[in-house]
Parts: sequence; structure tokens; C-alpha cells
Amino acid sequence: MKVFLKIWRQKDAKAEGKLVDYEMDDVIPHMSFLEMMDTLNEKLIVQGEHPVEFDHDCREGICGQCGVMINGRAHGPLKNTTTCQLHMRSFKDGDTIYIEPFRAEAFPVKRDLKVDRSAFDRIIGAGGFVSVNTGQAPEANSIPVTHEMAESAFDSAACIGCGACVATCKNSSAALFTSAKISHLVKLPQGKLEARKRALTMVAQMDRENFGHCSNTEACEVECPQHISVLNIARMNWEFAKAKVLK
Amino acid sequence: MELNAKIPPGPLKDKWSYYKDHAKLVNPANRKKLEVIVVGTGLAGSSAAASLAEMGYKVKSFCFQDSARRAHSVAAQGGVNAAKNYKNDGDSVYRMFYDTIKGGDFRSREANVYRLAECSLALIDQAVAQGVPFGREYGGYLNNRSFGGVQVSRTFYSRGQTGQQLLLGAYQALIRQVAAKTVHLHTRHEMLELVVVEGKARGIIVRNLDTGEIERHSAHAVILATGGFGKIYYLSTLAMGCNASAIWRAHKKGALMASPSWTQIHPTSLPQSGGYQSKLTLMSESLRNDGRIWVPLKKEDPRKPNDIPEQERDYYLERRYPAFGNLAPRDISSRAAKERIDAGFGIGAQKNAVYLDFSKAIREQGKEKIKEKYGNLFSMYQKITDIDAYAEPMMISPAAHFSMGGLWVDYELMTTVPGLFALGEANFADHGANRLGANSLLQACVDGYFVAPYTVSNYLAEEIKTGAIDANRPEFIAAENNAKELLNRLASIKGNKTADYYHKKLGKLLYDHCGLSRNREGLNYAIAEIKKLQEDFYANLAVPGSAQEMNGELEKAGRVADYLEVAQLMCYDALTREESCGAHFREEHQTPEGEALRNDEKFCFVSAWGWNGPDEEPLLVPEPLTFENVNLTVRSYK
Ligand SMILES: Cc1cc2nc3c(=O)[nH]c(=O)nc-3n(C[C@H](O)[C@H](O)[C@H](O)COP(=O)(O)OP(=O)(O)OC[C@H]3O[C@@H](n4cnc5c(N)ncnc54)[C@H](O)[C@@H]3O)c2cc1C
Ligand code: FES
Repeated sequence: MKVFLKIWRQKDAKAEGKLVDYEMDDVIPHMSFLEMMDTLNEKLIVQGEHPVEFDHDCREGICGQCGVMINGRAHGPLKNTTTCQLHMRSFKDGDTIYIEPFRAEAFPVKRDLKVDRSAFDRIIGAGGFVSVNTGQAPEANSIPVTHEMAESAFDSAACIGCGACVATCKNSSAALFTSAKISHLVKLPQGKLEARKRALTMVAQMDRENFGHCSNTEACEVECPQHISVLNIARMNWEFAKAKVLK
Repeated sequence: MELNAKIPPGPLKDKWSYYKDHAKLVNPANRKKLEVIVVGTGLAGSSAAASLAEMGYKVKSFCFQDSARRAHSVAAQGGVNAAKNYKNDGDSVYRMFYDTIKGGDFRSREANVYRLAECSLALIDQAVAQGVPFGREYGGYLNNRSFGGVQVSRTFYSRGQTGQQLLLGAYQALIRQVAAKTVHLHTRHEMLELVVVEGKARGIIVRNLDTGEIERHSAHAVILATGGFGKIYYLSTLAMGCNASAIWRAHKKGALMASPSWTQIHPTSLPQSGGYQSKLTLMSESLRNDGRIWVPLKKEDPRKPNDIPEQERDYYLERRYPAFGNLAPRDISSRAAKERIDAGFGIGAQKNAVYLDFSKAIREQGKEKIKEKYGNLFSMYQKITDIDAYAEPMMISPAAHFSMGGLWVDYELMTTVPGLFALGEANFADHGANRLGANSLLQACVDGYFVAPYTVSNYLAEEIKTGAIDANRPEFIAAENNAKELLNRLASIKGNKTADYYHKKLGKLLYDHCGLSRNREGLNYAIAEIKKLQEDFYANLAVPGSAQEMNGELEKAGRVADYLEVAQLMCYDALTREESCGAHFREEHQTPEGEALRNDEKFCFVSAWGWNGPDEEPLLVPEPLTFENVNLTVRSYK
């Protein structure tokens, strides 16, 4: 099949970027989207042009390193799927595909489709952990956790930190990301002790990083590759309010 | 050169206690004067960096991804082993030790393996305390399941994302230290050189992948936790950036490599569908608990799998290995699949796969139960192949997966370069010639959380008076120049073939001749072909742009340059081992039934290799293995 690509090219953080046209006429529907990009790059390299820089590593939807806007949607047309898991069979022969970086003030573009998502690490650093040192742990079965609660904590903990939630949000809010970690830890007895402090410091860091505020459009949930629910945001708000009142 | 594994004295079960009781300690006030470099933020690297920082050392941590949380440990699905015996099914530290030694086909060290099993207990405690949401029973206690190669249930899991959850625990511990400023974290930095000063590892040269800048970093000890290099086969279950470069550059500075050709080829990955393909996705081995593997009895059977009646299916694992059936160890399962595929019974468009069938399990347990256990794997399968595996069998095929080989280390996980440690998949360690499923997440964690804090401290105790290491020493400058020279060389060839072109060629050569089965002729052929490919690489490689900017192609080219050298060593390693053991199957050495034939008389040793320069054959230094606690038996799963 044949596709027409319009890809964002930007030499570095300071340079101005623009959409550049490319044509691919040997696309196979079974190819993954990133394999299509590899094929394009192979051609550019042989012509001596700089290939399109894009982020990726595991290519199986779990590391969270890949992620671009495809026709205006984070990770492309499929629901709950990472860019690396998207296949060309989701497009039609003759389609024009716009490929752009995840855009947010907190995610500056580094080159082409690569953005800086280190703000996420700093949000985790503000309290997204249990303060336990190596060696301090008690016997694992000494604190029972119900099956349902463990599963629910897992649902929140499954976030891969790709940033699609931010990219898709009209406010560039990191509420889904931050709330997923707050919820994961507050659901488990091990994480409960620090819950109040965590809610305050993580939310404060999120604001400091220039992410926008959540206005409950729920767009993030639709794009999230791990189906992280917006109920996590409700829980974060509750934990935050509780912490404020009880402070 | 003689290798000393530094195994502590005393009975097997007391060796690790003996070591801990006698290891040298560093006074807390002195720890903040001592610096440690940790390359890698996977389970091994994150856990080591966090634990050492918690103790008070100054730690610098490095990874090539844009966040520490993305190290490839994140991709492990199935689970992590521990001898907790929560199922009351007769498990114990000794039994886990024995299963691992036997699973490794008696080519690993007893003392190391025992320590691995012993520390597995504390690892589960540690992970739970960090908030890792392991699967639980309805009563609230931890659940576990069984995995290939064993008869007890000792595998703990977080749905199908165990590696991710364990890694997030370790990553959060690391980030907590970063926030406390005890760890200085450098993401998007790639290690290019090891710096050795007066015989000791004293630093590394790295490249900032966002800017192209070269940096020198010094320390009193260097830890490499840079993961596996199965990506050398190009098509593998590893991430695109996984590499041998860090350990290989250290190898060229004097660290021996052990058993480099022992690669685990995983039996349950998705088959290759075309030449454009960049990776093979793993379907967790845990699927074999409920899935049955078969091929049609008739060659080139054109029927759809569901139309082939029961009596016309060959459940070849159940047939050949009745005791373990579909749970036979990985090397055996992969080879059995290859045997059927080579004999013409393969299925799928390329006739390169076998079926993994859940119909019986769904009939017996219900679709909901299967969904709860493997839901994410089934949906991943559907995303990639567009096939609903609840309705028809999956198609699976063997794929390069795990490096049993790596840097040679002693009991302290120190390489042959003093002060250079190797942790996790980067070392050759505990898995012998074949790794048991769910043992390597464990090994990476145990190395980082529980072993390195003792053994690195023991080493640093002698460094208290050394003072800060000056990164302007001539050794640093020389190493930096070396790194720059290679980068500039690769960037200036300006030929017409991409790094991926060479990588794919190399991968195919290795898979065909140094993969699931090997023979002398093929290995000699491969060595000659790799040399030719290498010449072509340095003459015709195309890397656009320069070394002074972000340049993904240059990164790839550097990795392929190293792979071309590693591949030759792998072939030498396979060529000189005239026996079959674990993943290493030499066609010249098999029983009449086609099972592996070990040679304990001549090959009961680990092959460690020294670097003799680019045009010389490598130097073989054997480390004899002595077994005092187990009898070397034929590894039978029949
Ligand atoms: C798909 C898959 C599934 C698996 N499933 C299981 C399972 O269910 N159970 C199990 O026990 N094991 C499993 N394994 C194996 C297990 O995941 C790995 O062996 C283990 O996670 C390795 O951890 P590590 O810390 O050694 O390396 P990794 O997690 O690979 O980390 C390597 C680190 O080194 C860094 N690095 C590498 N090279 C450089 C360089 N040159 N410069 C700077 N940094 C560098 C990387 O950035 C990364 O941070 C699986 C493996 C794969 C591929
Ligand atoms: S490349 Fe890892 S999630 Fe897409």
C-alpha cells in the first residue's frame, strides 16, 4: 500500500520545526507503524539525509518510550494502544498521515519527534515511592492484602509513563499519571503511611513542572495504553483534599 | 592466568553467611567519600544504586533510555521465583538450588546458585514492602504459579507484567535517592569506555546522546549492570537498544567474557512474518501452564487448526517428555520445535511456527479464568497478529532471548579487573548453560539488593585512603580519545549501507550457525563470513550527520561494530566446546534419540575468554567447576 506522510522535523530544541512531506509506496499492512518509519529512515540514510529521530525501545508496549501524535491522536487511531503496537493495517492505501511529537509545555521537543519527559521522573521523586530501605522489609505474608485490592493497586500501577495522557489533554495536565501513582500506593497497606504527604508533594511538583490543570474531559483515559481509569484522578483529588484539611 | 572464584569455605548452606560475617565494612563516615558508578538502571542497576546510596555511598547512575524506568527489565512478563514454599508443595532453598543447577545442565557454580536460592526469600519481602502488587489469593496471601523446568509452584507474579512492577519498585527506590541527592542520575548517556588506572577500574567515558558531548566520570568502583545482548541476533525478544557495548569495551580493557555463546532461545515468541520485522514479541512462558503445544501430524496440512481433529495432532512435547510435557525447559522445548519445523511440520504462512492451544484449558476452567490469568497476553497477541487466541490457537516460534554468558565474575560478582563488578544479565553468573524461567528477574534483584552491598563494600574498604579520583589523568584522556576516534571513524565512512543492514546479516548468520544447534563446519563458516561482513562494514557503512549531535544512527553503528566482534567470540566459544549442554547443542554430540550429550570428563568447566586484539584468536582460560553437593546426572525430563 501507499501512504503520504507529513512528519514534524526539528533539528534541536531551539530550532524552528516544520512538517515535511514523504511518500512511502511499499508499505505492507502487517508492518508495525515503527517498522514503516524504519523503512523510511533506511531510505533517507542511503540518500545521506538525517533520518527521523523518534523514541522507542521495547517495541512491545511496555517501556513507555515510544509515543507520537498520529493524525492528531496520541499513539494513533487505536484505543489503548502504544505507537509501537500500532500496525499499518489500521490505515488505508492512499492515506495521508500526520506525525508529530507529543506536545506540552512540560515536554519540550529535543529533535524531530523526541521530547523531554523528565518531568515525570521528578514527579515520582517528589513522593511516588514507599520509604523503605533495602533490608528493612518484614516477611511478605505478614500483612495480608485482599485479592481485589491487590488487583486494583495493580490497575493503577500499570502506567508505563509514556505521556500520552498529557499529550492528549487540552490542558496538558499530568493528572492521570500522577494520580495513578498516588492511587497505586494508597491502596496498599505498605503505601498508606505516607499517603497524605505524598498527595501534597506530588501534586505540588506536578504544578511546578508547568502541567495544566485537569478539567475532567476524560480524554486521557481513552488514549492510555494501560487503560488507567480517570477514577484515579478522583481518588487523587480526595486524597489531596483530605491531606489539606487534616494538615 | 588462573581464575579464582573466591568461594567462601564451609558447607554450601553456610557459605553466604560466612561471607557476610567476614566481609570488610566501611564506616558510615567514610562512605560519603567513596564514589561508585553504576551503569544500567534495570533491576540489577537500580537496586544496586539505590541500596548503595541508602548505605551512604556517593552514586552516579547511567542509562541510555530517557528514563530509568524504561530499562528492559520492564518487559519481563511471567514472574519471579522464590523458595517461599507458600504452597506447601515441598519447596525449599535446597530444592530451588538443585532445580537451577540441573536446569543449567551442571555448568554453573554451586555456591553462587545456592546463594541465589537463599536470597530469593528476602527479595519477595523487599518487593512487597516497596508496594509491588503481586497476585494474591482471596484470603489475602501471596499467590504463585509453576513455570517451566520445575515441579513446584514458586513463581510470584504481577499479572503479566511482573518485570514492570518489580522494576517500578526498584526505580522508585532509585528516584527516591535521586531526590535525596545521594544518586546523580544520567539518563540518555551511553557508556563507551572503561577507564583503568594502575590496574583498577576507576571510571567510564560516556556520550550524552541528546547532545553528542563526551564526558569523563571517575569513581572508586564501577558496576556494570547493562543487561543482556541477545539483540545480537537482530530478531530477538530484547529491546532495540539492548547491547553488548558496555561489557565488550570492558572486555577489551581486561575483563574476561564467559560462555558468550550460551544464548537462550525462547520457545514461545511470535514468529517472524517478513524482512522488515524489527523484533519478535515474547509470549510469556507462563502460557505453557495452560496451553498445549502441537503441530499437525500431516506435513503441510492445509486445514485451519480448529478443523484438525485431535487424533491428527502431534503434541510433541507431551509425546517426547511425558513427565514435564508442555512445561519442559526452554532449551528442550525450543529444540523440539525446531526439530518439527525443520522436518517440514511447521505451520503459518512461513511454515516457521507451532501451535499453542488453549481450547482444553478454556473448556475446563472457563474463558473468564483464562482471561484473568493471561488477559493482557491475549490482547497483546491480538494487537500484533489480529487473531483472537480464545477462539483459535496462537502461533509461536523460538526467538533469541537471554544471554547466559557475559562478563566472568567471581563469587563477589567482581570481574577480572579489580574494582569492576558485573551484575544481572551482564554477568555469566548463575544460570549455567540454560536459565530457568523466572530466575533472572530474581538474579538481577539479588545481585543488586543483596550481594553488591556486601561485596562492593568489601572492596571499597581498601579504598578509604585513596581520595578523589582525578578525571584529568592521562588514562581518562586516552580512553576519551579512543572513544572519539571510533565515533568519528564510523561517522566518516559515508558509505551506502545502514547499520541495520549489517545487523540483520549478522543476526541471520548467528541464528543459522550459532543458534539452536551448531556444528563445526557451520561455526567455521560463520567466523569467516563475519570477518568479511566486518570488512564491508568499515568500508560501506552509512551514518548521516556527525558525532557532535543527537544521532541515533551513530548509536546503532557503534553497537553493531561491537556485535561484529562479539559474534566471532561466540563462534569460537561454541566451536571449542565439544559437547552439548543446555542451550549449547553441538550436532556432533547427541544421543541416537537426538538428546544432548554432555561430556563431564572434558568440559566440566566455564570457558572464560581474554581479548588478544582484533586479528588474533581469543585466549581461553577455563574455570573448572567442582560439584560437592550434587551428582552430575543426565538431565532428563522424560
Ligand atoms: C521479553 C522478556 C521477558 C522476560 N521475562 C522474564 C520473566 O518472566 N522472568 C524472569 O525472571 N526473567 C525474564 N526475562 C529476563 C529478565 O527480564 C532480564 O534478564 C533482567 O530483567 C535483566 O535485568 P538487568 O538489570 O540485568 O538488565 P536490563 O533491565 O536490561 O537493564 C540494562 C540497563 O543497562 C543500561 N545500558 C545498557 N547498555 C548501556 C550502555 N552502553 N551505556 C549506558 N547504559 C547502558 C540500559 O539503559 C538499562 O538501564 C525476560 C526478558 C525479556 C527480554
Ligand atoms: S517502544 Fe516501548 S512502549 Fe513502545
